This record gives sequence, C-alpha cells and structure tokens, in this order.
Amino acid sequence: MTAAVLFENVSRHFGAVKAVDAVDLEIAAGEFFAMLGPSGSGKTTCLRLMAGFEQPTHGHIEIFGETAEGVPPYRRSVNTVFQDYALFPHLSILDNVAYGLMVKGIGKEDRRKAAEDALAMVKLPGYGQRRPGQLSGGQRQRVALARALVNKPKVLLLDEPLGALDLKLREQMQEELKSLQKSLGITFVFVTHDQGEALSMADRIAVFNDGKIQQLGTPEDIYKRPQTRFVADFVGSSNVLSSATCAKLGVAAKAASLRPEAIAIGTSWAEQLSLPGTVTARSFLGATNRISIDCSGEKIIVASPAAMPVPDIGAAVQLAFSRNDLHLMEEA
Amino acid sequence: MSALTTPAAILPNRPGPMGRVSDFLWKHPHVLLAILLGPPVLWLGVIYLGSLFALLLQSFFSIDDFSGLINYEFTLATYRQLLSDANFDIIVRTVTMAATVTLFSALIAFPIAYYAARYAKGKWKAVFYLGIMLPLWSSYLVKIYAWKLILAKEGILTWAFTKLHLLWVLDGWLALPIIGGNSLSVSYTGTFLVFVYVWMPFMILPIQAALERVPGNLIEASSDLGGTPQQTFRHVLFPLALPGIVAGSIFTFSLTLGDYIIPQIVGSSRLFIGQAVYAQQGTAGNIPLAAAFTVVPIVIMGLYLFMAKRMGAFDAL
Repeated sequence: MTAAVLFENVSRHFGAVKAVDAVDLEIAAGEFFAMLGPSGSGKTTCLRLMAGFEQPTHGHIEIFGETAEGVPPYRRSVNTVFQDYALFPHLSILDNVAYGLMVKGIGKEDRRKAAEDALAMVKLPGYGQRRPGQLSGGQRQRVALARALVNKPKVLLLDEPLGALDLKLREQMQEELKSLQKSLGITFVFVTHDQGEALSMADRIAVFNDGKIQQLGTPEDIYKRPQTRFVADFVGSSNVLSSATCAKLGVAAKAASLRPEAIAIGTSWAEQLSLPGTVTARSFLGATNRISIDCSGEKIIVASPAAMPVPDIGAAVQLAFSRNDLHLMEEA
Repeated sequence: MSALTTPAAILPNRPGPMGRVSDFLWKHPHVLLAILLGPPVLWLGVIYLGSLFALLLQSFFSIDDFSGLINYEFTLATYRQLLSDANFDIIVRTVTMAATVTLFSALIAFPIAYYAARYAKGKWKAVFYLGIMLPLWSSYLVKIYAWKLILAKEGILTWAFTKLHLLWVLDGWLALPIIGGNSLSVSYTGTFLVFVYVWMPFMILPIQAALERVPGNLIEASSDLGGTPQQTFRHVLFPLALPGIVAGSIFTFSLTLGDYIIPQIVGSSRLFIGQAVYAQQGTAGNIPLAAAFTVVPIVIMGLYLFMAKRMGAFDAL
C-alpha cells in the first residue's frame, strides 16, 4: 500500500539553520499522525514541506506515490488548517468555505450547497452569511476545518489548530477531530507541542527535536518506552535515572526512565525496587500532588494521587516502584 | 536589606505645579482631550471649512459684466456659465487627465508597493522609503522645470531616442491627434508623464501600507486551497489592497484635478480646472465663476468616494 506521505532523507536548511535535517518518514493512508516537539524543532517546517509552502533543500517527498518536490501548493490535493486559521477577512463564512471550490471553477449553486454541508458537519449550520470577525476563536477554528475539508483532501494538515482555544473547548475539539477523522477516513497530520494532545489523538507520533525525529511510534510506545532522554523528558516529563542510581537498584544501564505516576511513596513490597530520599518541594495539581524528592543528589518527581497523604518538606521517605516501570535507555 | 528604602503603598503627590497639573488631567481626561484637540478643530472647523464654505457661497453670486462688480443675489447663472461649451471642455479635459493619471499611477505603483511590502527587508526597506520620499524633499517647481528640459525637443529624451534609432517611435507618437504635439513638453503626453511622476509617492505609500497589513498566511491559504497565483491576486490580494488603492487614487485624482502649475509649464496651452480658477479669480476677476470651478473637484470627489463605497472598496477595512 502506498504511503500517504513519504519523506526520504528530507532536509530543509535556512542558511546555516537546519530546520529539518535528514528526516525519513512514512505516514500511512488513513492514519492520524502527530508531529510533536518544542518550538523550533522542525515539526512545522515538515508540515509546510507537505503543504508545498517550503521546498526541500535535499531529499525526496512523495504524496500518495507521486513526487511532490517542485509542485506548488495549489496543485497538491493537500489542505491545511492554519494555526491562526487564516480566514479571508473580506469574505463571508460561506465564501470562505467555498473558496477552494470557487478557484477550481465549480458552479455557484453546487459550491454553496457543498459549503453549507461542510458548515453543518462542523456544527455551524446557518453561519454562512457572517464575517470571520464576528465569530469566536472556536467557531473560526471550525470554519477553517470546514474550508479545508470541503475540498475532500487526500491529506489534511493541521498546524497547532487547538493552540488558541481554552482548555474546555480544546478537549471537546480533540474528541470531535478524532471522530471526524475516523468517519472521513482522511489522513490527518497534526502538529502540536502539547504532548497530551498528541497522546490522546494520534495513531502514531513522531517526536521532533533539532530538526530530527527522536522517536516514532504509537502513543503507548512513546510514553512508556522513550528511547532518548529528550523523549523521556518532553513526553510526560519522565524521571531519567543516572547509571549510578541504576546501579544502586541493582540494574546495569547507562540511564533509565521512570514515570512520575509509577512511583509510590512509603509502601514497598518485596518484589518492588525502592530508593530512599528527602522531600524538597510539593505542589497540588488537582488530581495529583507533584512531589520533588532528592535521592542522594538525584532529583526525582513523583505524581502522587491526591487521595494519598502528602509528606512534609524535609521528611525522609522511601520511593517504591516496579522493575517493569523502569525503562532502560541506550543513551546517557 | 537593600539600599533602597521600601516604598509606601500609596506614594505622596509629586511636588510643584506640574504634579498638580498631572493629577488634575489624570482625573479629567476630557480636559486633556479638549486641550489637545481644541486648536486643530478650531483651525479646521472655523478657518478652513469656514473659508471653504464662504468660497462655495460665492459661486451662487454672479458678476456684473459691465462694472465687473459682484452682484450679491442668489443665482444659478454662474453655474450655467460653468456648463457652457468652453468651460465644460475644461472640466472634461481635467477629469480625463486625472482619471488616466490615477489609473497609470496605480498600475505602476502596485508592483513597487508589493515588492516593498512583501520582500524588502532591513536595508532595502530603507532604500525604498528613501527612493519614494527623496523626490518629495526637492522643490516641486524645480522638478517640473527639470521635466520640461527632459521632455523638450532638444532634451535628453529626444537625444536618447535618436541614439537608439527609435526617433520614429517618438515622432509617430507625437503625430497622434490630441495626445501628440510639437514636442513632448508641449503635449498632453508630457503633462501626463509629469503628473504621474509627481504624484507617484502618494499612490505607492497607501498601497504599500495596505499590502503590509495583509497577513502572509492568507496568501498561503489561498494557494493551499488550490488558488493559482493569478486567482490569489484577484480574490485575496487585490480586494485587501483595494482600500489602499482607493486612498492613493483619492490623492492622485484630487491633486490632478486641482493642480494648475504642471499644465501651465508642461503641456499645450489648453486650460485645466486649476488654471481656469487661477485665471478667473486673478486676471478676469470673476470670483463667482472661479468658485464654481472649485466646486467641480469637490463634487467629483464626493461622487467618486460614494461610488467606491458602494462598490465595496472599504469592506476590507
């Protein structure tokens, strides 16, 4: 089966800056694919390479088996939902949504109907006569989505589309996007710096840093088995234990990652590993308490369920966790 | 402890009269607004608009042909005189010139403004502004006389055409009726070229400002949705730049309508509105007719703005 998007050794350099550096990537058709990373990691440039706004300095890009480098954006069956939506301020919502059909020469009545259907799909029926300036951020986001989807793209690119929304709306849109993707079967490529968003929505995630893919895998893979210190730290802020600490636990490794929520304070069974430490800070996060513990020079974060008692600062505690939760890493 | 003493929660009044003035103006912002706006509003409202209104009033009086004195009775006779063949010709000539100048200014200005807004960065932006503004710093009259020399039969333009063996093109152009003449400096073409040159900055700057406000991602969005560069220009860039083009055209159109120096120095001896006003109020002493002539550009501009608004030129503002 041909890949929806294929990157072979793709680089995009801006002068001396290697925004994207020798990236290999294969996105399957119908997949919900997330590109996760901090700002400046190259994820947005990768998206722009897919859209055609940027051309690769080296390498080869295919979209559904067809060579994409050198092809302008308007000849790609790929549509983008922009970070700040990029709705045309001088056009009505209906004309915005129908824009892609209009430039393709589809008749007025047909495109009006298609645009109204698309607006209904994103739960904004009857908003066609308004102007972008009259809508809220969440509504504009839906219009941007309708404007892209009305063209029935082969690949839909989403550039941090939920970034400007408040938490409640963001969670709701995450679910809607996910179910929309399922029902339409279109390949979604989603750029985000929010690891929670990537984990909850994507079929597979590529974690970017410094223009390179650090790790590519399912959300569970990425979360539970980070391959590098960067991934361990960026996705869910894992603790990374040094080789000295590993040796203390009787484990031979260069480094190991340990999830904050996999650690219990105070109780330990025989089959569990345990570490002594001192509480240095604590903060209440609602569902959990975030407790910082100093284990002979190594700082370890524990996410303790809110129902559990919270030790005082300065208290000596025992940390207990299962050997299975300790994930060994190749690099220090 | 730090060297600085801890400040009180509420600081004491600043000493001196300026402190009291500041406090007073902070509590009464309307007073500040009145101080700032009062003088210019008085200037504009009373002296400027007032005298304009007085001028318009003159156009409803008439002149006594025998004595040359103004007859202060309300009449439309002056307007009847304005619409006589000779005077109406002046109006048509001026409006045609203004429209042509505006159209060509916009055509030339748009690519320059587009480059400046989209591509020029840092040093090149400074070069752009300098290039646009520099001509405005030198005297208007010097520029026009310089153009007269450039366009004259013995001037550099004829010389250049001769050297390029293209004199036949120039001669062919000058042989055309109406727009031709003995030389460029005494033809409508010459007048047109100087108008376009002199008003060009007033067209470039508003278009550049409008284009600069168009977010780059709208261009990308259009392209992403399948719009070719041509379609993107037509459906996104042009409508969003239109308020700037209209603003620029207000300058070039109204400045051309009112100018009397350029057609006097460069061009045929046939009159434009500005020259007619100058002649009527000076040599002829016919203030009512001069006033009626000044009403023409005002009415035309009013109609122009009304139509521009009706056509949606300001929708993107």
